[in-house]
Amino acid sequence: MAAASSPTISAAAEWKLPSKRKVGLICLLATESALFTIFVVAYLFYLGKSLNGPYPKDILSPPWLASVALLSSSVTVVLAERAFLRGNLGRFKLMLFVTIALGVFFLGATALEWKRLITHDQFTISSNLAGSTYYSLVGLHASHVVIGLLLLSLVWVLSLANWVGPEQHERVEMLSWYWHFVDAIWIVVFTVVYILGR
Amino acid sequence: MPASSLNPAVPIPQAAAAERPSIPSILHEWVTTTDHKRLGLMYIMAGLLFFVISGCMAALIRVQLAFPNNDFLPPQMFNRMFTMHGTAMVFLVGMPIIAGLMNYLVPLMIGARDMAFPRLNAFGFWIFLFGGGLLYFSYLAAPGLSGAGSAPDVGWFAYSPLTGKAFSRGHSTDYWILSIMISGIGSIASAINVIVTVITMRCRGMTLMKMPMFVWIVLVVAYLIVIVLPPLTAAQIMLLLDRFLGAKFFDTQAGGSAVLWQHFFWIFGHPEVYVLILPGFAVATEIIPVFSRKPIFGYAVMVGASVMIGFISLGVWAHHMFTIGMSAMSNTFFATSTMLVGIPTGIKLFNWLGTMWGGKIRFKTPMLFCVAFLFQFLCAGLTGIMLAVAPFDWQLSDSYFVVAHFHYVLIGGLLFTIFGAIYYWFPKATGKLLSEKLGKWHFWVFLIGFNLTFGPLHIAGILGMPRRIYTYDVGRGWDVWNLLASIGVIFQAVGILFFVGNILWSLWKGKKAGDDPWDAWTLEWSTTSPPPPYNFEVLPEVRSRRPLWDLKHPTDPDWKYE
Repeated sequence: MAAASSPTISAAAEWKLPSKRKVGLICLLATESALFTIFVVAYLFYLGKSLNGPYPKDILSPPWLASVALLSSSVTVVLAERAFLRGNLGRFKLMLFVTIALGVFFLGATALEWKRLITHDQFTISSNLAGSTYYSLVGLHASHVVIGLLLLSLVWVLSLANWVGPEQHERVEMLSWYWHFVDAIWIVVFTVVYILGR
Repeated sequence: MPASSLNPAVPIPQAAAAERPSIPSILHEWVTTTDHKRLGLMYIMAGLLFFVISGCMAALIRVQLAFPNNDFLPPQMFNRMFTMHGTAMVFLVGMPIIAGLMNYLVPLMIGARDMAFPRLNAFGFWIFLFGGGLLYFSYLAAPGLSGAGSAPDVGWFAYSPLTGKAFSRGHSTDYWILSIMISGIGSIASAINVIVTVITMRCRGMTLMKMPMFVWIVLVVAYLIVIVLPPLTAAQIMLLLDRFLGAKFFDTQAGGSAVLWQHFFWIFGHPEVYVLILPGFAVATEIIPVFSRKPIFGYAVMVGASVMIGFISLGVWAHHMFTIGMSAMSNTFFATSTMLVGIPTGIKLFNWLGTMWGGKIRFKTPMLFCVAFLFQFLCAGLTGIMLAVAPFDWQLSDSYFVVAHFHYVLIGGLLFTIFGAIYYWFPKATGKLLSEKLGKWHFWVFLIGFNLTFGPLHIAGILGMPRRIYTYDVGRGWDVWNLLASIGVIFQAVGILFFVGNILWSLWKGKKAGDDPWDAWTLEWSTTSPPPPYNFEVLPEVRSRRPLWDLKHPTDPDWKYE
């Protein structure tokens, strides 16, 4: 029995556990999902319960173009990641830039929409329940877009300085997971706010 | 140091002087540390500090309620006392002590050298401490510009519309929101860290079903924290928007719903009860087998029961809200789901009894606390089942019966096991055994005090005494029960003095513990006491749930049977 430890070596050689970054990011996204869920529930719970106008059906229109831009940025970030894996750094930088540009376009469209709602329709966070739930839910999502854009820009700037090498592959992958999450959340927010909510 | 010993030219006293670090350098080391053991100890020490502060507040509350028509505390101050007591005990005592135990023990138990994200770990601790400081800072700063209020006084669950701008002027409620939100970020950080550590850093051979039960249960706890803290944060963000930007979430004048706050709060609040009590189970499940000299009875069932609790507890929250007039359907659903939680919990109780059955039980202090835990938690569970019956709850909701019930959960269940945990793992963390004699005094005096305080409060509650009243009239039949409860506090305080005295005395003059004072079986006992910063010289490899048993009994190892 003294040799009890030796027979396990072959089995132990295969001892492999999941990556820290992946599990950590999945946990983070789970906790973020829980946060969004409560805001979505509040939105749905207060649908049609505003005591005074302006009402969403009169003033909100689906931002189709911005949504298409944000969703296609999910495609470009995948293209960037693939180029990175193949070592094609030029294409990686280009695709990353396109992703950032699409994200900025989305954010700009949201800003213009908010400007129109606030100045033209007098629809603010304190107008009524619709205003409270609309600005908090869309704003929470937009703040995630901002964080994603900051991270993407950071990687892009570092890659321009050639500081991003193959050893950072998993980091780039995690960033793209986060970006996909932001896009997926937008599908939910879009459905709730602009389709169910009108 | 090795250089000086190689070089005879360096005088030895000088080398010794260089070895003894100055106080600022020690402080600097602790403040900048990312070592999971130091962070764990700092979590526990901070938790114990807040425990003493909010325990003193509870004592003041009991002084006020000892006699009818007492005027020891003015009503406003009484409201602040119970709010600060409740908030601090949950968020600044329970959560950090649990985080501390998880941080200290998980890497040692799974044979790892640190947590997965050591810097995130340090961030979590310091942000929690900042949040805790912010809550108490409200005593100084909460009046703000309006000059009204001091510390938060809206109760620990801060029901709307009391928290609206109209009814809670000044900034006391804002301090409540921000401090809880901030320390919550710390809790989420440490929970994510625990999950990642357990999933990705177990030593060779430790499959999920070979993990110590403690690790399994805190994995469920960490998952619960990750899922249920965000609802509280979300609701608090909404409340902040209401208070600062004029949003209407909980503004009943504008069609907002006060009940929605209750739902959001308890979606967090009830699973939070399991976040607090499951670590108690985790500790009991380590201590009871070691002091019964038997492996845990029904390991797989225990794992299953813990995971079941993790899921069912997400669907019971509205049993806190039976009195708000929900539909009969909702009442039935939440009463049923609450009773369902009793099943896995009951399984656990029987497993602990099954472990003790036929064992060679050693009644050392950690075991005493765990045995008391079994009895007291059973009481808490039974009153819990009673309160799950909606009509019974209509009668006793918000009475002292509820207060007694959840103090049996949180003191009789959680605090007793935390004391057990400290007596059990203190030798590992410090290298010194706590005194058994003082420990037994601590145990018996605190046991008497606790039951003397909270036993009679059940009766006061059944006799109709509502919670949170600052005084009461003579002749309602509540006097004697309240007096008994307040006398119990004296015993509890003396018990705590024995505890603190024991820690200080044992640190100074305690017996040397050695690596494995309890003849235990999990990996933390295989390294030195206290463990070196790197925990294990060689990362261990395990083949069963009790790796140290295998080492000590090479002719009859566990892995032959598992």
